[in-house]
Amino acid sequence: MNIVSPGFTGRRRGGTELPPGQYLTHEFPVLSAGPTPHVRTEHWEFTVTTESGEMYRWDWPALMALPAEEITKDIHCVTRWSKLQTTWKGVSLDTLLADVETGADYAMAHSYGGYTTNLPLEDLLDGQSWIAYEYDDEPLDPEHGGPARLLVPHLYFWKSAKWVRGLVLSDTEDLGFWETAGYHEYGDPWKEQRYAGD
Amino acid sequence: MERTAIRRRLTWQVGTVTDVRRETETARTLVLEVPEWQGHLAGQHLDVRLTAEDGYRASRSYSVASAWTGDTIELTVEQVPRGEVSPYLVDVLKVGDPLEIRGPVGGWFVWTPEQEGPVQLIGGGSGVVPLRAMLRAHAAAASTTKARLLYSVRRPESVIYVSDLKELAASDDVDVRLVYTREAPAGEPRIGRIDADLISQYAFKPEDGATTYVCGPTPFVETVADLLVAAGHDPAKVRTERFGPTGGPR
Amino acid sequence: MSDYLDGNVAAGPLSELFAVDLTAAIAQCNGCGHTTVFAESRVYADAPGLVARCVGCDSVLLRIVTTPNDTYLDLRGLTYLRVPTT
Ligand SMILES: Cc1cc2nc3c(=O)[nH]c(=O)nc-3n(C[C@H](O)[C@H](O)[C@H](O)COP(=O)(O)OP(=O)(O)OC[C@H]3O[C@@H](n4cnc5c(N)ncnc54)[C@H](O)[C@@H]3O)c2cc1C
Ligand SMILES: [Zn+2]
Repeated sequence: MNIVSPGFTGRRRGGTELPPGQYLTHEFPVLSAGPTPHVRTEHWEFTVTTESGEMYRWDWPALMALPAEEITKDIHCVTRWSKLQTTWKGVSLDTLLADVETGADYAMAHSYGGYTTNLPLEDLLDGQSWIAYEYDDEPLDPEHGGPARLLVPHLYFWKSAKWVRGLVLSDTEDLGFWETAGYHEYGDPWKEQRYAGD
Repeated sequence: MERTAIRRRLTWQVGTVTDVRRETETARTLVLEVPEWQGHLAGQHLDVRLTAEDGYRASRSYSVASAWTGDTIELTVEQVPRGEVSPYLVDVLKVGDPLEIRGPVGGWFVWTPEQEGPVQLIGGGSGVVPLRAMLRAHAAAASTTKARLLYSVRRPESVIYVSDLKELAASDDVDVRLVYTREAPAGEPRIGRIDADLISQYAFKPEDGATTYVCGPTPFVETVADLLVAAGHDPAKVRTERFGPTGGPR
Repeated sequence: MSDYLDGNVAAGPLSELFAVDLTAAIAQCNGCGHTTVFAESRVYADAPGLVARCVGCDSVLLRIVTTPNDTYLDLRGLTYLRVPTT
């Protein structure tokens, strides 16, 4: 059955600069799978746990002490909105992982509130991902993942875990919150890898 | 006549718009003809799915506004500014157009004439829609169950089902009380949200054993449900349905 | 922020899978034991899928994701669903 709703266009889609099936928005829709955690920076920490169980830890002042970058990137949400040229400030994962000894291939990002998402470690390196704590020159709002979120703009935005609290590195690929419920394990928007098997 | 709905898994089916009725500046009632409609209970809803030429889809939930009387059902939609689906349903869809629906669904937020005890209905904005279906079912069954509706609206022009509510309120068993939050008609001194005073004045008392149905925007439902429980109502007899706001695809 | 709906909104997607209505069933949370009608749980819908959470402890009770070919249903967060059989 293929019923078309006469005169329905939905949100405007397309444009050459957008991945397939995406529409452009100038707003910043808030998506959440649960209540928004309010984490105070005094209590915030970010940890990296390697495959051998070794743990590296940063508190907020330690994160602030690291060199930060200004980032301007397009972002693409699997619910079909894309937002162009968003501006962020944060610390590159290259910086955070520089002294971490690991041979792992995969990372699981963990968030305050319990959210998880999985990524290949190489997608977090080489200037592709950040721990972002400012958006549009303002401290990152809790609705958008503040005090700090993962930013991996080349993948669908569910990979950019809000309220990030750590990475667990491993030799095997485990699946995160949406990936265990039918979403693609990698999530490249340009290949339209929305669902498992795409 | 006792009619029972058949239990089966549901999928999308196509209804046709046979009539439309303006309710207010921003709300419209759609009359749909659905072939072999299997019936519904008052308070149930449907999912509506829209498909664009290129296959893009959006779906949202809408309560059935009418009682089960045949092959037609009514939906009433309040337009949400910059919404994706509601403006289409209120302004674009026309008589003769197809509309894909999945339903009726939901077995909790329902009222049946067989149910014991009085029924208290509390709605905010478009939250009145399923409550209107309950009052319609009440009328259709010529029920003598006592029913009260507390209906919160911003201003007189936002009231949907104006004539219908007048007709329903004419029954000795039904009581309708409007609450205006921004602007009231001449002769109505009270402007403001539903509060503990209003609940104690107009709602059934906890000892009356009423089942209460609360429906509307999420913050409205939370507030009213809290007021009811604080006033001593049994939480198990307070049924709620939250309409949002929430803009996600579903 | 009241950015959630309730279990009623899951009735449509669940109706494609089950002939009985599960939203009126009694649900027990695996996290804290809170037991209530599923329809009264909180559902977050502004997300890639529907996520129902316990009103007692916020833990996930149920997730539904509808893909073009399949529906994924995760019930791990529920100890049980008690469905009236009459
Ligand atoms: C079980 C159930 C039954 C429902 N029954 C009805 C009904 O009978 N009649 C009816 O009109 N609606 C009903 N709704 C609400 C309906 O499903 C849609 O959410 C609503 O029509 C808005 O959809 P949209 O696509 O136009 O807006 P969207 O594109 O989803 O949202 C656009 C913007 O408007 C905001 N927004 C969304 N909804 C609201 C709101 N209610 N108030 C204020 N801002 C909002 C969003 O946050 C977003 O920013 C029901 C919802 C549920 C869960
Ligand atoms: Zn719980």
